Amino acid sequence: MYKKTLALLLVSLMILTMAFTGCSKPETETAAPAEEIIKVGWMGSLTGDQAVWGQCELDTVKMLFEEINAKGGVLGKQLEVIGYDTKGDPQEAVNVAKRLTGQDKVVAILGPNASGNAIPIAPVLEQAKVPDIATVATNPKVTVLDGKVKPYNFRVCFIDPYQGAVAAGYAIEVLGFKKAAILYDVADDYSQGLTQFFEEFFVSKGGTIVAKEAFKFGDVDFRPQLSKIKDAAPEVLFLPIFFKEAALIANQARELGITVPLMGGDGLPSEQLFTMAKDAVQGTYIVNHVDYDDPEVQDLKNRYKTKYNKELELNGYLVHDAVVVFVDALERAGVADSVKITEALETTNVKGVTGQITISKDTHNPEGKDAAIVKIEGDRYVFQQKYSAK
Amino acid sequence: MDLYYIQGILMLAGINLMSVLGLSLLTGFTGMFSFGHAGFMAIGGYTSAMMTVNYGWPFIPALLMGALTAALMSALIGKLTLNLKGDYFCIATLGFGEAIRLVLDNVQYFGGARGWPGIPNYTNFTNVLIINIIAIIILANIIRSRQGRNMIAVREEELASQIVGINVFKYKLISLMISAAYAGIAGGLMAHYMTFLQPKMFSLVKSTELTIIVIFGGLGSISGSVLGALVLTSLPEILRSFSNWRLVIYGLSVIVIMISRPEGLMGGYELTPSSMKKLFTRMRSKKGNLPKSMEGGDTL
Repeated sequence: MYKKTLALLLVSLMILTMAFTGCSKPETETAAPAEEIIKVGWMGSLTGDQAVWGQCELDTVKMLFEEINAKGGVLGKQLEVIGYDTKGDPQEAVNVAKRLTGQDKVVAILGPNASGNAIPIAPVLEQAKVPDIATVATNPKVTVLDGKVKPYNFRVCFIDPYQGAVAAGYAIEVLGFKKAAILYDVADDYSQGLTQFFEEFFVSKGGTIVAKEAFKFGDVDFRPQLSKIKDAAPEVLFLPIFFKEAALIANQARELGITVPLMGGDGLPSEQLFTMAKDAVQGTYIVNHVDYDDPEVQDLKNRYKTKYNKELELNGYLVHDAVVVFVDALERAGVADSVKITEALETTNVKGVTGQITISKDTHNPEGKDAAIVKIEGDRYVFQQKYSAK
Repeated sequence: MDLYYIQGILMLAGINLMSVLGLSLLTGFTGMFSFGHAGFMAIGGYTSAMMTVNYGWPFIPALLMGALTAALMSALIGKLTLNLKGDYFCIATLGFGEAIRLVLDNVQYFGGARGWPGIPNYTNFTNVLIINIIAIIILANIIRSRQGRNMIAVREEELASQIVGINVFKYKLISLMISAAYAGIAGGLMAHYMTFLQPKMFSLVKSTELTIIVIFGGLGSISGSVLGALVLTSLPEILRSFSNWRLVIYGLSVIVIMISRPEGLMGGYELTPSSMKKLFTRMRSKKGNLPKSMEGGDTL
């Protein structure tokens, strides 16, 4: 009797699996007039703690592709995005990359936004010869490893050493702070990287780090660390972290009587920051990819707002530029062939909303991209100046 | 479906299967729940990657080194915690797994939380398959040996087995060490499959996933573990076309199976050549019993 149910269960499972694999077949068949469609992959977090940013990226790509298709597409063909969720998990990212390149046969991949997901997909891209344009993956090792450039990895954002240098340079040279304190997330890759580079540049420019305290993702009480920071009497508190912890830290710091300005990287800007800690974050300096008040970005901002009735997050601007870079490369390549597109990507020089993007052949990074320094005043990010580290 | 993509999923299932087999010995055959197996995977992964990257070792010795380190580490933990019973041991392993991850987050030699890229891509479909087959054969033999029977005795009734002279602590420790070694190999395979290691990959979620696979496949059944690893690793990938709903469907299907079959898919039964034979003879005799309903059945 048991054996029979077992056999039944096994058979039904097999049928189920078959049915599902069968399901994905028609999908490729409906796309049968493949001559008319160019498939582009997207990957990022649609679930998990960075889902807000991932969803915004995918929505932006969809919107831009619709607009491009309405104007007749690229090379006379329509663009189609195939987006998959990575949960922010490196293992999922590898699966997605294999699926996009092997099963869906895309000509290029946009995203992911996390460095930890962009790094492990490199061997998959190399095997499939499909280029990837990462959005906010700021770890240097995404495109260059041991001094060698990875042939199929590109990005449109500046990198952590640069971001750290800009923050340190701006704090010392423009704001004139000599003593800085750092409070960072010990279990986060982005936070560790930014901390390291900020510290290096700040010290090399003659500043001192008077306190360096750590917390762990998920913590909500930062008073012990902040008390130590208060005793060290810094002139600025650098927060290389994401907005949620930053908001909590800002509130608790003000409570303890720390009045010095705060400073942060591209993890800080979010509408959520104002909801959680509007008063405490006043006067905070942020190194950002884009100046939100720049007249050139207003158009994109409004288009997104009208379509989705939401504010465009930072990732939206960068994925916009990834799309611009991709379309430019596709037009110059002349054919929807992933290898030709990769070649074209290496000589990219186009204007995006976050600035002029000139991809360097040796690093696959956009060269000489200025960072925008913004300051929080009221509930707005007020543009201070474009700043590039020397 | 594209072969390259399917192979990727199967390799991942094979890697999961390695640590699930180990966990199956510990949970299914010795009756101890562990929520820290991702920690052993991490130890195995980082050790073997260190061997291949920094010391230029070949793949297989590096894997074995990873397994050895994980086993030694588990012996250390086991000495301290195996006297704890039931839930208490479970909590101790949970703490251990998280501690390993947090330590790795802070060891800059291994890249810290930013991860460790550039590990050579040695894992391929063939070696995953061969290693898995060897692992299954070894495990099946362990379970049928005297040691294995003693472990099962410990699972069934700890006090009684102690009375008949089984050194309960010793067999628990052996079981834990073997299971950690399996997890260590899985970690090594994972490192050389992903070519990238990040402590985030070995979080509590991973440990829970492994335990779910063992229970889903059926406690005390190796073939259940194999089936569980294959089904539960490929299910989220098969469901990819459902986009945001896929994890909901994944969770639901696990719940449905656990409600309708609380003992898991295989629940103590094994799929061996002899049991297959029995199954087929039964099916044939069934056919023989119903000749009237089948046209031309008499010719068989």
